[in-house]
Amino acid sequence: MSIVLAASTALMFSLGTYLLLQRRLSRLIIGLGLLGHGANLLLLLSGGRRGVAGIVGSTDGKVIADPMPPALALTAIVISFAVTAFLLALAHRSWQLTGNDLVEDDLEDRRIALLAAAAELDDEELEVAAAAADPSIAPGPIAEAQA
Amino acid sequence: MRLLLPLPVLACLFGAGASMAFGRQRNAQRAIGTIALSTALVAAVAILRHTDAHGTAIAHMGGWDAPMGIALVADRLSGLMAVVSAVVLLAVLVFAMGQPGTEQEQPSFHPVYLVLAAGVFLSFLTGDLFNLFVAFEMMLTASYILITLGGRLDQVRSGMTYVVINLVASTFFVVLLALLYAALGTVNMADISERMHTLPHGMRVAFALLMFVVFGIKAAVFPLFFWLPDSYPTAPTAVTAIFAGLLTKVGIYCMIRTQTLLIAKDDRISRFLLVIAGLTMIIGVLGAIAQNDIKRILSFHIVSQIGYMVLGLGLFTVAGIAAAIFYALNQIVLKSTLLLVGGLVDHGAGSSGLTRVGGLARRFPILAWLFLLPALSLAGIPPFAGFVAKLGIIRSGLDAGQGLVVAVSLAVSLLTLFSMSKIWNGAFWGEVELVVEPEDGPTARWGATVPMLGATGVLVAVSVALAVFAGPLYSLCERASTALLDPHDYLRTVLP
Repeated sequence: MSIVLAASTALMFSLGTYLLLQRRLSRLIIGLGLLGHGANLLLLLSGGRRGVAGIVGSTDGKVIADPMPPALALTAIVISFAVTAFLLALAHRSWQLTGNDLVEDDLEDRRIALLAAAAELDDEELEVAAAAADPSIAPGPIAEAQA
Repeated sequence: MRLLLPLPVLACLFGAGASMAFGRQRNAQRAIGTIALSTALVAAVAILRHTDAHGTAIAHMGGWDAPMGIALVADRLSGLMAVVSAVVLLAVLVFAMGQPGTEQEQPSFHPVYLVLAAGVFLSFLTGDLFNLFVAFEMMLTASYILITLGGRLDQVRSGMTYVVINLVASTFFVVLLALLYAALGTVNMADISERMHTLPHGMRVAFALLMFVVFGIKAAVFPLFFWLPDSYPTAPTAVTAIFAGLLTKVGIYCMIRTQTLLIAKDDRISRFLLVIAGLTMIIGVLGAIAQNDIKRILSFHIVSQIGYMVLGLGLFTVAGIAAAIFYALNQIVLKSTLLLVGGLVDHGAGSSGLTRVGGLARRFPILAWLFLLPALSLAGIPPFAGFVAKLGIIRSGLDAGQGLVVAVSLAVSLLTLFSMSKIWNGAFWGEVELVVEPEDGPTARWGATVPMLGATGVLVAVSVALAVFAGPLYSLCERASTALLDPHDYLRTVLP
């Protein structure tokens, strides 16, 4: 039983990490959700041996499971629920404003990328490129700006 | 103690609820916010006085004793941090009231701000690691909302980075809690501290590093700082100021608390922290020099200054940690003040880009003074508090025989001064450049900012007071640090 749980924790962490590295906000949010659930499962696992629920008068001398980790996991689940709702709202706002659901580039990164590109161009091309790729005008991914 | 310890948190949370109910009446919201934070300030001062006189104080929540129940525990460090935070929170709230924009347009500003304050106070006062996680989430969820308040494109873009990186950090925190519980069967900090020595050495180091990552992301140490300079400057000024002053220092507080209480001194961790401290200082200040906007420059300075506090912690001596605490207190005030001044420049001149503004010293001499005093303090020029703090760090570093990292910190200090003079030359001296005239004239604009100027002025006065009372304050920090390195009193209070 523990091995199944441990394996699913590992699976959730690996899938979550993979999705976190994607460019689409929707995948990123699912990835974060998976990571959070993996962590919660780990929290459940930390309680040790399995047993019946520790409710007074219903245990009949059987081994009871440690009630602490589920209590902690419950709190963590509620928190991640709220934050995921907020993230979805934020992603929706981003979609409203940009019309796509891609992660926006870091402005600084884009400026540095432009500097590097500018070093390779000669002056004439440079002016055209600078006019075309003014970061204040068109915020979008590098790929889009270059296309 | 039973009432006093939870009071700062409860005042803010009740205030948040009441503020929500008065969503349409801005003046009622303002009164509630001011009363709640003033109550928190008075309670924090009372807690500090009590802990300094009688040692660690404890309050068991819900009548359950530690380690089963959640205990609020305060010592001198928590008291000091809570007092300074309350002062800054109150001043920034007043600033926000005077600033056209966020606070006046958004009914949700006041409740969210108070929840943030409650999270900050709870982080300082809790004695339970899981409760610390909850406090962090309160603080962070509020900060997610504040940083994206307004919903502009740049805010959404940088807010996304901020939310995602903090969520990853929170996940690490849950993992840390799960592993600690699996290894030790407890999440009470004092209990963890007592049981930690039963673990093998390698595992203790692993826990120390995991804690370093969890709190290092919040504190923005190298190499975990990349999200900060990108996300902070886009938020409204008052929000940036409070984030810059407080949130990273909550991370530092947690680092000091966990590395001293939970993990015993270890030479390898100590060396690791010193290397990280040096890199954080250098990378932060170099980033600042490359920037061209007041708010972005100051954001990189947050990172750079965090390095000094990590340096103090990494020494693991009474003098080193005392210096780190004093440094943190000073930074909370300084960073908030400087960012508020940045906001005033933005407000008065229409931009905080150095190439766009200029000659402000002639136009708004008060503003120039408000910037100059904390800027000199940040660079560590005597007789300001920043000098006292840096001197403390350098002296304790030399006493511990860490000459190299001390040399790095001195060089960084010089570069900080250079970058402050860059702001001074660009924004305050020189010709009056492109100043966006508001439609109703500059006087009307400046007339509306009495609370803004007042709040900034009060914070500057506080930072000067930190220098004037540096002697008694520093010895208080030393007492706090002594108690941290010998947590006998803390453990005995929590687990009698």
